[in-house]
Amino acid sequence: MPSDHLTRRSLLQGSAAIAAAAPALVPTGAAAARPTAKEGTGMIPVELTVNGREVHLQLDPRTTLLDALREHLHLTGTKKGCDQGQCGACTVIVEGRRINSCLTLAVMHDGDKVTTIEGLGTPEKLHPMQRAFISHDGYQCGYCTPGQICSAVAVLDEIAAGIPSHVTPDLDKVSLSNSELRERMSGNICRCAAYPNIIAAMNDVAGETKA
Amino acid sequence: MKPFTYSRATSVADAAKTAASTQGARFIAGGTNLLDLMKLQIETPTHLIDVNHLGLDRIEPTPEGGLRIGALVRNTDLAADKVVRRDYSVLSRALLAGASGQLRNKATTAGNLLQRTRCPYFYDTNMPCNKRKPGSGCGAIGGISRSLAILGVSDACIAQHPSDMAVAMRLLDAQVDTVGADGVARAIPIADFHSLPGDTPHVETALKSGEIITSVTLPKPIGGTHVYRKVRDRASYAFALVSVAAVFGKDGGGRFAFGGIGAKPWRTPSADAAASSGAKAVAEAALSGARTTHHSDFKKTLVERTLASLYRQKEARP
Repeated sequence: MPSDHLTRRSLLQGSAAIAAAAPALVPTGAAAARPTAKEGTGMIPVELTVNGREVHLQLDPRTTLLDALREHLHLTGTKKGCDQGQCGACTVIVEGRRINSCLTLAVMHDGDKVTTIEGLGTPEKLHPMQRAFISHDGYQCGYCTPGQICSAVAVLDEIAAGIPSHVTPDLDKVSLSNSELRERMSGNICRCAAYPNIIAAMNDVAGETKA
Repeated sequence: MKPFTYSRATSVADAAKTAASTQGARFIAGGTNLLDLMKLQIETPTHLIDVNHLGLDRIEPTPEGGLRIGALVRNTDLAADKVVRRDYSVLSRALLAGASGQLRNKATTAGNLLQRTRCPYFYDTNMPCNKRKPGSGCGAIGGISRSLAILGVSDACIAQHPSDMAVAMRLLDAQVDTVGADGVARAIPIADFHSLPGDTPHVETALKSGEIITSVTLPKPIGGTHVYRKVRDRASYAFALVSVAAVFGKDGGGRFAFGGIGAKPWRTPSADAAASSGAKAVAEAALSGARTTHHSDFKKTLVERTLASLYRQKEARP
């Protein structure tokens, strides 16, 4: 068994240098260690603010935002599930809105602010939604969890902003209910079916926020 | 994905011109459908023109009392817009019935109109598909066709149009505003915007090479009770088997548009004319000329039942 301080990923990669839980982003210098832009290579410079930190990348235009985060910035908290917008494991918050990072190109987000699971909280200072997922057992295998948590945080903001959903009876009266949370979270699939506990965690945080 | 080059359009005219003069160019807005298809190499553009920065993201009143919706207005924003909620709530309802929260945050008004079919044979590159590869045949006819169209179909193609939003736009008699590669603007009634498959299922819209959608304009509000009902295999985040958009007037009249059953968003004057006679009469009129398969025959019954449900929903409203 690995010791406590050894993460699964660091074990897999044989290096603790890119511990997934590290709050700080890989500095710009690490990006520069990757293939740099050369004339005629078709690489495009992209500047992002990821979890509050500016990063500069040179990317093949085919690179999705998801691959830019995982493969180039080594922010592996955001997960690749279906890679076609059906499972929600890749959900991140861009310019304050949750999107599927697998279905958008990084070059389309030049200048944008991106928040991933690593930017919401840290092991030492968890985001209230992360804490609630732990206390309510809002996951089993955990693969979908970063996407679930990013989505859950954005859902509460959407309800607070009065954005209606498919199950809102009166489009002008948006309020919090279990059916609202279920409908709004339908873009995040959990193969372990932790759904009731995810809803409990969200209710918990929504209650805290209200109080 | 196949390699492509990328540029950001700086003006509508520039985007249209670049698209018409660059072989293999495509516009990209939300990208939620295009990128999915590019990963599967169903779409293989050699150049992408990013139109996200053209400022076409406003919703504004028209002098005629209608509403002009910028091509880049996101589905979330359109559904939540105060005027749309109040005067065109069938459009809000249709949008909210589609996709997931994440996708609606990205998907645009124009992109939604242009989204491609969800026919499984279109998606499976090992299968023949006249839409994906003209002349290769249709795997869906004689195949698994439960989700596919029963109206407007041809011997070459039975693919369904997947959009919810477009069904409401069709109901509301929207018009699609475009600018061509020559810089000339034109307005296309939504009824003429989508093409029926006929012998050329790969031709899906009236858009010409390079032509770009700038906005979608709704005529002035028609009042009445707005309802949208979508029937699907799960309660959320699935494409329609059958969907019906309806506006019921106080005089017993009404208008209807249908999703999930047509090669394009479906509407027929005879169905509207039957409004005062109830669900069965409307269904009969709407389904005139329907061509079902063994798998999709249930949709005829489902259309009538969905309409009956809408009539009950209307009665329940104050």
